[in-house]
Amino acid sequence: MSKFREQVAFAAPSANWELLPFRFERMGDRVLLTNMVGEYLFLSNEDFERLGERDLPTDSPLVRRLRAKHVIREAGDDLPLELMAMKARTRYRRLAEFTSLHIFVASLRCEHSCPYCQVSRQNSDKGSFDMTLETARLGLDSAFRSPSQNIKIEFQGGEPLLNFDLIEAVVLEAKARNEVAGKNLGFVIATNLALLDDRVIDFCRAHDVYISTSLDGPADLHNKNRPRPGRNSWELATAGIQRVREELGIDRVSALMTTTRSSLGRVREIIDAYVDQGLSGIFLRPLSPYGFAIKTKSFDAYGVEKWLPFYEEGLDYIIELNRTGTPMVEQYAAIVLKKMFTNDDPGYVDLTSPAGIGIGAIVYNYDGDVYASDEGRMLAEMGDTTFRLGNLHRDSYEEIMLSEALLAPLEQSFTGSAPMCGECAFEPFCGADPTYHHATSGDFLGRKPDSGFCRRNMAIFKLLLERYEGDPETRALFRTWASH
Amino acid sequence: LIALRGKSTSAPLAEELPRAVWRIAAPGAMGAHHARAVLVDGGEEAPAGFDLYLVRSDDDAERIDGNALRLPPELDYLTPDDVVAVSPDGMRLRVLWRHTSRQNSILLTERCNHYCLMCSQPPKTAIDDHLLAQAFELIRLLPRDTSEIGFTGGEPTLYGKELIDLLRLTHNLHPESEVHVLSNGRRFADPEFAAAWAAVGNPNMMVGIPIYGAEPARHNYVVQAENAFNETVRGIMNLAQLGQRIEIRVVMHKQTAPALPEIAEFIVRNLPFVDQVALMGLEMIGLARANIPELWIDPAEYADQLAEAVLILDRSRVHTMIYNSQLCLMPRSLWPFMVRSISDWKNEYHPECESCGVRDRCGGFFFSSKYKVSENIKALPAPEVTEPAVLSLR
Repeated sequence: MSKFREQVAFAAPSANWELLPFRFERMGDRVLLTNMVGEYLFLSNEDFERLGERDLPTDSPLVRRLRAKHVIREAGDDLPLELMAMKARTRYRRLAEFTSLHIFVASLRCEHSCPYCQVSRQNSDKGSFDMTLETARLGLDSAFRSPSQNIKIEFQGGEPLLNFDLIEAVVLEAKARNEVAGKNLGFVIATNLALLDDRVIDFCRAHDVYISTSLDGPADLHNKNRPRPGRNSWELATAGIQRVREELGIDRVSALMTTTRSSLGRVREIIDAYVDQGLSGIFLRPLSPYGFAIKTKSFDAYGVEKWLPFYEEGLDYIIELNRTGTPMVEQYAAIVLKKMFTNDDPGYVDLTSPAGIGIGAIVYNYDGDVYASDEGRMLAEMGDTTFRLGNLHRDSYEEIMLSEALLAPLEQSFTGSAPMCGECAFEPFCGADPTYHHATSGDFLGRKPDSGFCRRNMAIFKLLLERYEGDPETRALFRTWASH
Repeated sequence: LIALRGKSTSAPLAEELPRAVWRIAAPGAMGAHHARAVLVDGGEEAPAGFDLYLVRSDDDAERIDGNALRLPPELDYLTPDDVVAVSPDGMRLRVLWRHTSRQNSILLTERCNHYCLMCSQPPKTAIDDHLLAQAFELIRLLPRDTSEIGFTGGEPTLYGKELIDLLRLTHNLHPESEVHVLSNGRRFADPEFAAAWAAVGNPNMMVGIPIYGAEPARHNYVVQAENAFNETVRGIMNLAQLGQRIEIRVVMHKQTAPALPEIAEFIVRNLPFVDQVALMGLEMIGLARANIPELWIDPAEYADQLAEAVLILDRSRVHTMIYNSQLCLMPRSLWPFMVRSISDWKNEYHPECESCGVRDRCGGFFFSSKYKVSENIKALPAPEVTEPAVLSLR
């Protein structure tokens, strides 16, 4: 007589299963279920019916899968709730951290004249579109008021190197203030690199300043997108990238791309251009519907339907590159995958909820105006000041951070309660983008069936899940990206 | 297989020994420490004043003035700084510690509140507190340069405060040693006990806790105890909150192998703070032999699930190790995670392994595996010098 008890002895005492919060989406002949922290599983239609009808036994392979992902619980069993609470706390911990990215618009002037650019000014007086040191100091006051232990100061433009005196002064003063504040302080200059010189290199080396630049792909495409006198934007950018890598360090420069109508159909060439520069990451991102992009119709020239095949071809090509020995990360996918496979939310401003505006990143314009996001500043250049939170010269930190201009879009766009988002299986992977929806539909929430943001992201989530589920090598790759 | 106990061929001692646990001293030892047993070798002069001498011949035994025991031939390997327990009459010797081995573990009790299907140390109900007392003595006798000290059971936490006392003693006397304790983790669900554990304050201490499923039904069946899963998971959470180092152990067999990816997912999402995960091949000893139909699966059959689990853990930056497994049964991608871990005194190779070129890197077998061995064991060629290093999943 065995002392061992059969499996059935360890089944739940009754089949009185309680449902925990989950959402679902039918995908082909399967149903995707996600719990509140983004753990997912696929069920067959039959199993999903059983769950819906609560036609579940005290134990079965299906019951075990549902319990493991905290979709159901035994009545009175609090452990699943405790674990979910822990995961949710982890996911939202950045909210308590508060604003970590502080963007200083050092100058609106630029020697490029890109047709899609939202903000830049050419041939302007030095004085009228540059940030003054007085304004910058008020920006530092605000940045150091943030409770975040991590403070990143990013210099933007226009072309910020046109006002490098200010950058030097801000970096030195921020470091001096940090002797007392003791934060993890970092600096980034977003520049087209055309004006990179010894002075910039030496200063960036001495003060650990990172460089973020633009690279739209091969020379002809990049130079068409980014006209400047001499038609040599690509030559200057790529020479600058190599110089920064060699003189400051291989990881000290990253590049962003803008997809214009001319880019469509050329995604492999664009990625190849990144490979050719020795870069190991690319951020495939569509043009935002702001500023001059709308004015010049280059945004209207393609919609989500044109964007998605571009993205899919690019993603598959990047997977293939990795498979054949060339490491390359698609950074948008990496953000989504982190939300799918970890409890972390990277807090990417366009893909997080509550939205990242103001509380994740904030913009100090050259004139002291404070914007909830870079896109909000671009809208203001078009005459729509919805996302202007105040001015550093006039308003206190409290007035700015508690302004209705910030609180209203944060609250109204929250995906946990937004119509159609609240029920969406992809909500844990997605984000509230009040700026996008305001720009495209006139309110912070938007109508999701009409939302290009919604269509684009839903399609990307499905694409990533399909690729992950379909192939072990892709699983390995995606898991690596998720833990980036 | 190395013998860990033996019977002396000497006559019983006239007087009872003053103590049970002895650390072996070199033949030339000076300074008659009360707990040292001097090892005397072939006609050497024995230092005077010790309470016990271990000799290898009757001649030596006669020469010595004091308690002399003839070392059983099977324990001939004993060397200075090993620790033995000797019965009061000197007839029975048990090896408690081998100084040159990195695989010592100190058995604290054979009692347990689990009755795992595959238990290698079948639980008993008898009170065996003498094992705990012996452990205190052993810890006092171990040299300070002992690199690793492992405690095992049964379930050591059944002792409660006395275990904490032992761990504090260990920390105080061996502040640099890595201390590893095997536990089913349930007792840590009690926040007071978890706090007492943390209060030992040993940064080199780690507890190894098994998880056999991602939900209660599978885990509780494997450990044959109700409520075990919830208490163990809560215990792990309590320890993590107190910043304690935790290893998760998963023994792989027919009941757990199909769920390995699910268990890995559970760990990375719910217990992401653990320090390491050990995925362990089955030891076909103890209760496992009674449950072969429920437990046996050829490891080659679960290689895919294991690879998936390792992928999930490793890519989530969880330090992952595979114990007790044979290289020839696993894909190359898993080799970097495979650790030579079978206790040396239990290791034995299959005849097929005679000609294997990677034998010295392989975990080998438990001696007990003769009861059940994979049909897929095969000798592999030795790696050529020019062969590039095995690619890590990292």
